[in-house]
Amino acid sequence: MRIGARLRAEPVRQRAVCCSRDSAWQDVMQTLQGIAVSPGVAIGEALVVDNEGFRIPQRFVARDAVQAEIRRLTDAIAGADQEIAANRDTVTEQLGKHYGAIFGAHLKILHDARLRREIESMIRQKHYSPEYAVSRTMRRYAKVFQSLDNAFMKERSQDIFDIEKRLLKHLLRDRRENVSQLTSPVVLLAHNLTPSETANLNRRYALGFVTEAGGPGSHTAIVAEAMRLPAVVATGPFLTDVSGGDLVIIDGNLGRVVLQPDEETVAKYRYEAEEHRGVEARLKYFATKPAVTADGVRIQLYGNIEFPYEVEQCQAGGADGIGLYRTEFLYLNAKKEPTESTHYTAYKKVLLAMREKPVCIRTLDLGADKLSEELQSSDEKNPVLGLRSIRLTLRNVPLFRTQMRAILRASALGKVQILFPLITTLKELRQAKMLLSDVMEDLEESGIDFDRQIKVGIMAEVPATALLLERFLDEVDFVSIGTNDLIQYTLAVDRSNKDVASMYTASEPAVLRLIRMSIQAADKVNKPVNVCGQMSGNILYTMLLLGFGLRHFSVPPASLLEIKKVISSANIKQCQRIARRVMPMEHAQDIRNYLKEELRKQVPELVP
Amino acid sequence: MEASDHPKAIKSVEVKNPQGLHLRPGEAFARRASEFESTIEVISGERRVDGKSLLDIATLGASQGTQLKIEARGPDAEVAVEVLAQILETKSVDELTKEP
Repeated sequence: MRIGARLRAEPVRQRAVCCSRDSAWQDVMQTLQGIAVSPGVAIGEALVVDNEGFRIPQRFVARDAVQAEIRRLTDAIAGADQEIAANRDTVTEQLGKHYGAIFGAHLKILHDARLRREIESMIRQKHYSPEYAVSRTMRRYAKVFQSLDNAFMKERSQDIFDIEKRLLKHLLRDRRENVSQLTSPVVLLAHNLTPSETANLNRRYALGFVTEAGGPGSHTAIVAEAMRLPAVVATGPFLTDVSGGDLVIIDGNLGRVVLQPDEETVAKYRYEAEEHRGVEARLKYFATKPAVTADGVRIQLYGNIEFPYEVEQCQAGGADGIGLYRTEFLYLNAKKEPTESTHYTAYKKVLLAMREKPVCIRTLDLGADKLSEELQSSDEKNPVLGLRSIRLTLRNVPLFRTQMRAILRASALGKVQILFPLITTLKELRQAKMLLSDVMEDLEESGIDFDRQIKVGIMAEVPATALLLERFLDEVDFVSIGTNDLIQYTLAVDRSNKDVASMYTASEPAVLRLIRMSIQAADKVNKPVNVCGQMSGNILYTMLLLGFGLRHFSVPPASLLEIKKVISSANIKQCQRIARRVMPMEHAQDIRNYLKEELRKQVPELVP
Repeated sequence: MEASDHPKAIKSVEVKNPQGLHLRPGEAFARRASEFESTIEVISGERRVDGKSLLDIATLGASQGTQLKIEARGPDAEVAVEVLAQILETKSVDELTKEP
């Protein structure tokens, strides 16, 4: 089950765990707080993804299969026994008896009569599958060890996981599944997921995910939002508290994860889902309406996309175009660099669907660390400050030319704009534009059709660029303010570092001032300026941005309707008053509280 | 015959191993305990676990200096508590893991 977004909660870092040592032995509901990165709610059975990608395929077995399942357990124990014994002998021979004895202890645990009784009784009485019974029992023990004060004993939980893994390996054999090959609906729980792992998830079966690590604005988070997968990141360690098959609720609106929810909680979430569908249905009214403020000012409302199929949702939301087409997916998914025709095929799909509406294609915006080995620098200690995005493409001209050729060819099919990310200096902009002219010449010589008047823009996402924007504006047709990076560079906060991620917020006065400055600089010379980061998709900031003078918004497709609703209910005078009230404020939290109050007055049904 | 009809023996001991009652001394304890006919339980404060189960013993997380009680019920209860107490009072793991 998935439920869409409402007001986005700002990152909260706090962990509420209601478990003491003894309650580890019962199925107790547990709530975790992480950071909400992709809205919606998912309720489903857990798939715990560990380093080896094990999953528990089935939680229950048929009553008449119990005997056969117990035989499978016996076989698995025998298989694990052989492995551990062989290990013990090798280790004893090579390192001495002292070390071999560790595996002797593993064998003893494997054959522990009490453990065996517990697993068997779960299979017999609760009809759990041996896999699920093993995982539950072992993790319960591991949890007890972890709760001990004795540091040495705490570490022993690793031994338990080791044995669990061995048993599962023998139980599952060739039924081990890769995350990309899901066969039934699950919520994924992992330490971390890479952007490509996320992008390769089967949307039919992946209901949502939770990661212990990660941060807002990471590429994984963006991909999750594009795929409309409810997601919570940066919860801190919790994987030892769950077993594959446990019921889990992911609340991607509030950044909450509920493990083993009680019936009441499940019912509450299902009721809210029902309510939300009601709000959603009422928002449908705006699907065919243009975005116009209450006092009649027409606002251009675009969609952000990552995959061509998202165009459909943009159209359903009545978008005026695509304000940001991220192209990283083309690079992340491929084993080698995408060809011109791979690029072109993807762009063509989007352009043909959008017809005469504008489509703004952003050139590659990835770090070298995410691409092929040969591009990697040996010196990448700070990837966000390193060789990435336009810096990377300017140094890998063939790679850049390939993408520019495809974008230019696609410009013959509709209204294409080209957007350069992470521009920091005028020199970079000029280099990029020179390369573009060069590619244009090539196409001209070959007689290939393209739009000679193609609009060229830059992302304003480095403070240096925002501060000097009037100079950049002389040489570009439009500007797109990328708030995700602008926030992290202005505040010097790595948004994927959970220790500081809570400092990452659009409502810091310094960030707001840079955004207002940038909007005003573009306004002054009458060039379009657009905000395309996650901030523009959050209804909390819509009226403030209107008050700053913003008239172009580019938002995630799922947010189109609610943003349009806020725009329709607001008038510009009132938004300007809000902006004037906010500017002298000193604290991000005060600003958020104030904006939330104003929003509640304006559109109470959208504020929980 | 019910175990409760058998003699019961209790002995208090202090864990001497510097790392506490971890897996290897626990293993020696459980292995030795399993050789007795009596039921064996180890008691730490409020908690009472099966002395023949290494996993159970390990969950006590008893560190050096912890006071434990060994309780045996059965025909060989008296001998059992004496032998098992010795294991807890042994300092070196290597002495315990020596093959007989």
